[in-house]
Amino acid sequence: MIHAAGGQAALKKRAGKGIIYILLTLASAALLFPLVYMVCNSFMESREVMKAYALLTGNSGISSDAKRLSIHLIPERVSLIQYYQALFRKPTFLVMFWNSVIVTVPIVVGQTLVSALAAYAFAKLRFPFRDQIFFLYIIVMMMPFQVTLVPQYITLRKLDLLGSHLAVILPGIFSTFGVFLLRQFMIRIPDEYSEAAKIDGAGHLRIFASIILPQCKGALASLAILVFADNWNMVEQPLIFLNNELMHPLSIFLSRINTSELGVAFACGILYLLPTLFVFLYGESYLIEGIQRSGIK
Amino acid sequence: MLALKGTAIKRKSPLQKEEALAGILFALPSLSGFALFFVIPFFMSLYYCFTEGIGGTRFVGFRNFESLLKSESFLLAAKNTLIFNAVAVPLIMVLSLGFAMLLNTGIKGLPFYRSCFILPLVVPVASVILVWQILFNEHGALSQLFQLFGLPAVDWINSQWSVAVLVLLYTWKNCGYNMVLFLAGLNSIPREYYEAARIDGAGFWTCFTRITLPFLAPTGFFVLVLSFVNSLKVFRESYQLAGNYPDMHIYMLQNFMNNNFTNLNYQRLSSAAFLMFAIISLMVLVLFRLESRLGRDLE
Repeated sequence: MIHAAGGQAALKKRAGKGIIYILLTLASAALLFPLVYMVCNSFMESREVMKAYALLTGNSGISSDAKRLSIHLIPERVSLIQYYQALFRKPTFLVMFWNSVIVTVPIVVGQTLVSALAAYAFAKLRFPFRDQIFFLYIIVMMMPFQVTLVPQYITLRKLDLLGSHLAVILPGIFSTFGVFLLRQFMIRIPDEYSEAAKIDGAGHLRIFASIILPQCKGALASLAILVFADNWNMVEQPLIFLNNELMHPLSIFLSRINTSELGVAFACGILYLLPTLFVFLYGESYLIEGIQRSGIK
Repeated sequence: MLALKGTAIKRKSPLQKEEALAGILFALPSLSGFALFFVIPFFMSLYYCFTEGIGGTRFVGFRNFESLLKSESFLLAAKNTLIFNAVAVPLIMVLSLGFAMLLNTGIKGLPFYRSCFILPLVVPVASVILVWQILFNEHGALSQLFQLFGLPAVDWINSQWSVAVLVLLYTWKNCGYNMVLFLAGLNSIPREYYEAARIDGAGFWTCFTRITLPFLAPTGFFVLVLSFVNSLKVFRESYQLAGNYPDMHIYMLQNFMNNNFTNLNYQRLSSAAFLMFAIISLMVLVLFRLESRLGRDLE
């Protein structure tokens, strides 16, 4: 009797586990589906893509197939023609890619640097109105871009920066997210280390550079990854601060070519997300740690 | 504030003064940028809220707010934003908590599944938006599935269903972040509590409502605030999906503000921005207050 009951419980448990695996696998498949779809389609010939999704481009009179948009995963013939076209036949693609790079990299480096200095002050040093200012930082961090749109526009116009990449880069560097995240890490570092260094006559700069920063390597990596992922995908700021379309980053360019140059769109999408993919594969553990720390008050 | 007054009267020791100076110096680059791009211009745009004419030449009191609250496009945008929040936030909370709990059952392959959930966070929406357009076009995959069952085709992105598509996109993008936060929260609950409860004969539901939920409350509050904040930033996804002039069902406050910017109506934009700023600040403040009170009750 006891045996049978035990066996039944074990069976029930195993069935439960099975259901959990099925649910998780289904969810993962759904989450990965857009990526897989893009990869598969990026290896199709431009002709095949144009034929399958003619409806998106607006000229649907080619064949009866064109009246529908079906899921189309397996290429008839595997080809690199889309990649070749995007990289060697479409100079605008490379220009936009470069725009994304020269906007994102300075923001990542600048925000990490400025935030590290400020986070040290907010976490370890006492100065007037510190906590009130930090509260303001958090509030501003939570605002959608449009709320600060006019203020930023006024400043940028006064500084005569509108229409230059600096108009997008500078506000990005001073985003308060970095200060918030790094402070969450630094506040956990015990004060004993810096006390000991102080007794040995070290100044604040010395303590910051040789005690705090080395312990924050992971934190800096987390921040850099989160800031990179966020700004690589930037849409609103360039749309408003950069009138010249040739200065726009890929994120905006892509939503336009999707319909006009469908034949290379899939490869462009994949090339666009490769940098973030590398960053993700390289720094996933930092990314997770960064997310977790953002949740601890 | 009180503490500050106290120290001012007591006079600071040289060491404290030095620390304050160092603190200000370290924060200075960040503070000056913050002042330049956020604080000072914020007050300038506040000035716009109460004036009229190009450059804000005439003081008009609250008239801008009055006309804003009467404007149909503003009301539509506010309504849509509210609906989106009311659908997306609870949905993403339930989903991310549910999957975090599934992942927390000691299954094998946790890192793999976790990666799948976080990956959309770093994938730029622009790079995969084509897939959404193929799936949700009027003649797209989903409509074909519908027709298979004899149901009419729907133009998902350009009808009332656009909200659902946007909610899906938002959930796809942000579920992983919330899930990682919930996982960390679940991990911090001591296993012994569950074991003790099991011995007392508690079932899954009792364990969930009596142990998991109370212990997860701080994380839950944070995720709630974050989801709310992120859902107000959904313009990015909406722009990729439907451009500057989306279907009227996903015409959000952010669209309203962007369009007023293009029309150079700074007064109206500033008034809307200020209203939004006030409401978000109030909501965050209330949520944090609520959380600290709840935290005290638990202890």
